[in-house]
Amino acid sequence: MHGYLTIEQVGKIFDTQSGKFTALANVSLGIEKGEFVTIIGHSGCGKSTLLNIVAGLSRATTGAVLLDGAVVDEPGPDRAVVFQNHSLLPWLSAYANVRLAVDKVFGKTKSASERDDWTKHNLALVHMDHALNKKPDELSGGMRQRVGIARALAMQPKILLLDEPFGALDALTRAHLQDTVMEIHQATKSTAIMITHDVDEAVLLSNRIVMMTNGPSATIGDICEVRLDRPRRRLEAADTPEYARCRKQVLQFLYERHAQVGHKAA
Amino acid sequence: MTGILGDVAKPARFKPWLARLRLWERARNCAAVLVPPLVTIAVLLLLWQLLCGEQGSALPPPSKVVKDTWELIRDPFFDNGGTDVGLFWQILASLKRVGIGFSMAAVCGVALGVLIGQSSFAYRGLDPIFQVLRTVPPLAWLPISLAAFKDSNPSAIFVIFITAIWPIILNTAVGVRQIPEDYRNVARVLRLNGLEYFTKIMLPASVPYMFTGLRIGVGLSWLAIVAAEMLVGGVGIGFFIWDGWNSSLLSEIILALIYVGIIGFFLDRAISFIGRLIAGRPI
Repeated sequence: MHGYLTIEQVGKIFDTQSGKFTALANVSLGIEKGEFVTIIGHSGCGKSTLLNIVAGLSRATTGAVLLDGAVVDEPGPDRAVVFQNHSLLPWLSAYANVRLAVDKVFGKTKSASERDDWTKHNLALVHMDHALNKKPDELSGGMRQRVGIARALAMQPKILLLDEPFGALDALTRAHLQDTVMEIHQATKSTAIMITHDVDEAVLLSNRIVMMTNGPSATIGDICEVRLDRPRRRLEAADTPEYARCRKQVLQFLYERHAQVGHKAA
Repeated sequence: MTGILGDVAKPARFKPWLARLRLWERARNCAAVLVPPLVTIAVLLLLWQLLCGEQGSALPPPSKVVKDTWELIRDPFFDNGGTDVGLFWQILASLKRVGIGFSMAAVCGVALGVLIGQSSFAYRGLDPIFQVLRTVPPLAWLPISLAAFKDSNPSAIFVIFITAIWPIILNTAVGVRQIPEDYRNVARVLRLNGLEYFTKIMLPASVPYMFTGLRIGVGLSWLAIVAAEMLVGGVGIGFFIWDGWNSSLLSEIILALIYVGIIGFFLDRAISFIGRLIAGRPI
């Protein structure tokens, strides 16, 4: 399988106190430029492990990840990560958090005023230009996550990696952020992988939904192509047969074919 | 502007009254902070006066302390040469020693703390040694340092250094070890180099811990300097106290103790103030 990003036969084995634990086995996936792919699966199925391997934060035990023809073996700004709990530096303002990334990535190629503009531009993309000087503790959970997304976008990554970015947010805030992410994806044509638990979120945002089987030895169980036109609107999309079909396919996968053991018993 | 309740737009008429009210409130808040300690001090002084006021008591009462030491209080800046100088110079001499010893301890302590906080190997190797050495009382180092430096002043400074360094090392190490994995990951994704990681992430993330160590360190240095100076002599508040004891000038000793306490308090406050400035937030 070949694409812009290629995940080739990736496996991950952890050494634990009770012996070796195979978290991932034989994961292969190709992602085209501009594609938005979500990975969905039950907790503990190794979704985050897979994302960390793509990010370079963790090493694959077997197999390899290639991005734009080059092997991924360490983290870098070409694979910007939006972390689950925003990971903003609490002593820096929203602006300074993004500016830190901009300075690091564009320190040699852009002038100071260009970097200032670029920082503000990215904060404006996530609708946070009104709170440039606020520290993370002065922002709500949703706003922090917006700044986190702005920081990742500002690195102008080849691929954006979103690790359950909306997991800790309430439903309304989530919906707003999903809209923002769709807007940005539309505007920047960025390539993205996002991990989620939420079936509707997956259907609404993705070109393809990658469904993972339960661990140990988790792998890709099924892939659902979402053939909805973009830009998508939440309410209109939800009424289409395609939306219903995808939703059903994912739900069936999660709750019939690969229900969690505990849930099956209950 | 006429509303239902008639003309209400006359704030100017009420202003002086409001201002007076605010002033009164501020004065009350001030009093609430100041009155309890003042009352406590007054009661303690009275008690002291009553207990030591009789003829032939072992310690002088406060009235006698003030009377005996009035010359010292009035003119802290005199200089008759040798060790016969005003309290300002005595304290300044002690502060200089603490300043030098503590600064060296701060630099080395933070560096060693970062080292054992960052590297598990260094931690395993050095931590047991630090844990043993930190329990050695400051003055136990004095003979060794006198033997090594063959001079009293560097010996006193070394005692300050060795006293202050342990809490700085250990707290800095804790601060570095508690840096959340997330911040490290951010640094890795951004590919910050060692220096950038140190200044942009490690330092700000562990500043509160470092300054806890520095505050404990400065407190201990100030404790140790008095004892060290008693032994090494020369100008300094410690020797001043020792000299007072040898000359049976108890009032002077009591005055010196009050100064030592107040200076120690301000040293602690100064360090936490600097910490707040550097961290940009309360620590």
